[in-house]
Amino acid sequence: MTSTVDGQLPGVALPKSELLEMYRLMVLIRRFEEVAAEQYALGKIAGFLHLYIGEEAVAVGAIRAMDPADHLVTHYRDHGYALALGLDPRRCMAELFGKATGLVGGRGGSMHFADASKHYWGGYAIVAGLLPIAAGLGLASKYLNQRRVAVAIFGDGATNNGAFHEALNFAALWKLPVLFLCENNQYGMGTAVQYASAVREMYRKACAYDIPAEQVDGQDVIAVYEATKRALEHCRSGNGPYFLEALTFRYRGHSMADPETYRSKDEVEEWRRHRDPVIRLREQLVTHNVATLEELAALDQAVEEAVAEAVRFADESPEPDPATLTQFVYADPITIG
Amino acid sequence: MAREITYRDALREALREEMYRDERVFLMGEDIGAYGGSYAVTRGFVQEFGPDRVRDTPIAELGIVGLGIGAAIGGLRPVVELMTINFSLLAIDQIVNHLAKIYYMFNGQFTAPVVVRTVEGFGQLAATHSQFFENYFAYVPGLRVVAPAVPKDAKGLLKAAIRGNDPVIFIEHSLIYRNRGVVPDGEDFVLPLEGAEVRREGQDVTLVSWLRGYYLALGAAEELARAGIECEVIDLRVLRPLDIETIVRSVQKTNRLVIIEEGWKSFGVGAEIAAAVQERALDDLDAPILRVASVEVPMPYARNLERLVVPNKDRVIEAVREVLYRRLPVPAAD
Repeated sequence: MTSTVDGQLPGVALPKSELLEMYRLMVLIRRFEEVAAEQYALGKIAGFLHLYIGEEAVAVGAIRAMDPADHLVTHYRDHGYALALGLDPRRCMAELFGKATGLVGGRGGSMHFADASKHYWGGYAIVAGLLPIAAGLGLASKYLNQRRVAVAIFGDGATNNGAFHEALNFAALWKLPVLFLCENNQYGMGTAVQYASAVREMYRKACAYDIPAEQVDGQDVIAVYEATKRALEHCRSGNGPYFLEALTFRYRGHSMADPETYRSKDEVEEWRRHRDPVIRLREQLVTHNVATLEELAALDQAVEEAVAEAVRFADESPEPDPATLTQFVYADPITIG
Repeated sequence: MAREITYRDALREALREEMYRDERVFLMGEDIGAYGGSYAVTRGFVQEFGPDRVRDTPIAELGIVGLGIGAAIGGLRPVVELMTINFSLLAIDQIVNHLAKIYYMFNGQFTAPVVVRTVEGFGQLAATHSQFFENYFAYVPGLRVVAPAVPKDAKGLLKAAIRGNDPVIFIEHSLIYRNRGVVPDGEDFVLPLEGAEVRREGQDVTLVSWLRGYYLALGAAEELARAGIECEVIDLRVLRPLDIETIVRSVQKTNRLVIIEEGWKSFGVGAEIAAAVQERALDDLDAPILRVASVEVPMPYARNLERLVVPNKDRVIEAVREVLYRRLPVPAAD
């Protein structure tokens, strides 16, 4: 059935350049996060740091499938989305360092990346809070007769929250172009899905609102990409929302403060060894002669340099100017007081 | 030119004019369309503007505000309605954790210019439908909180809220919708979203209030005038940003301040005003600042009990007597 075209994976229409870009972005996210953890240990990064290691295929597969005009809102484990969008790793790292050159000038930190020029309307740190906002972006798109889809990326934990259900109901009721992309990484902080949700499969929750839904292997970047493409097409064609559940796994703790008493090392090891998205794509690319190990190693090396440069940039960047402290509370001037 | 219209009609004019002026303006809320709005502010609007621009929603306040935020980021000018301020508690996460933060937290990259219209009041509605929560919102940097008492302000401030780039909590009062007042003609009558107004001048005592409290202050002032006491009455109009300077200027003249608020006294707007005034004008005060506020109980249903809870004109007069340290020969009401 499937023929192998030179530079392509069997049955996958993506050109080699795109496959290599997906690989590069996944490696970039992985290394960015690992280095961020090191910088946290060195005291260069403070507060909450939620790492995305293990889940890279979801961000890369989904975001590479989006149109540039599409809207994106996400939860707070958000470094991977910014990097997958092509945002500068230096500005991402600088944000973690709380520097003026950061994505949001050091005002948001790890949980609140955003870039208006990419229609990335931010990482939100109140679980499920982004979902009504995503529906509102879909409403704007529909109201203005645009063909933009609002993509919402959130975790399994959010699906037990009222905001999730209100957002799904609104989106379905008004047939809004919203892609609900649930990253089911099996744990809401330290509580396993089976202790938090009456339904183990998140996508089934969409059925209550007559929203078409499916589950996809979140460790397979190609599968995520293709499922997202189909889902976006559904939304863009005026059929209303779509729900995708990506099964994935976070290798690291919830945040840097997490002692991980709630799961076994074996469970983590199992995913690392057998279901790792980076290893998987690397093996696919080599096995099917899309790329050589040397080509991939060169990409790895370039990523290594980019991340090192990001740290250097973040370290050398100035702190936010104290004079800007009260800037951006209000957009319009206040003359009294 | 100007006309005398009701507070409700002032709001209706503001909404209609802004909807005609700017197609991005749309309304969203519970029962605002087919039903015409709980307080009839949007009656007939869905017939006039269609269901895309006058959207009936599910009873889902958090969703209503959240969709408003997304729609605003996406380029629209949503005016969302929370049927009463009591239900705003269901939306407070979207208002406080999201709406108020977006401009600052994302470093000024984008704004969420949502107008949240809501209403407070009472009328034998019992404990969960008779509350005053303006202080909850006035506490939050990033929000503007507007509470107009008179039709002119209802119109001019609502239009300003819709045209502005900041989120606005726009609080109305169910017991003043029929109050009449003079409103200037013209679609471009828009007021600044800040500043209190001295509505009655006097040298003996300053009365500060907003929404229905303003009418209590005014009624008390008129009655006291018959006894030779001249009250200066300030209508705050906007609670955040708070125009403390106008109050301080008045207190420097009268040396006495009474605040009338319908909410509970503890941790209320009046507490903020009193604190801010003493910071700036302690030496000007000849008496403690008094607050006339609701009795601190959940609102009871029974008519006689409810009357005991909320401020009334007599309690305002009593407070004025107290800060003036004298008994007043107040004539009986007509």
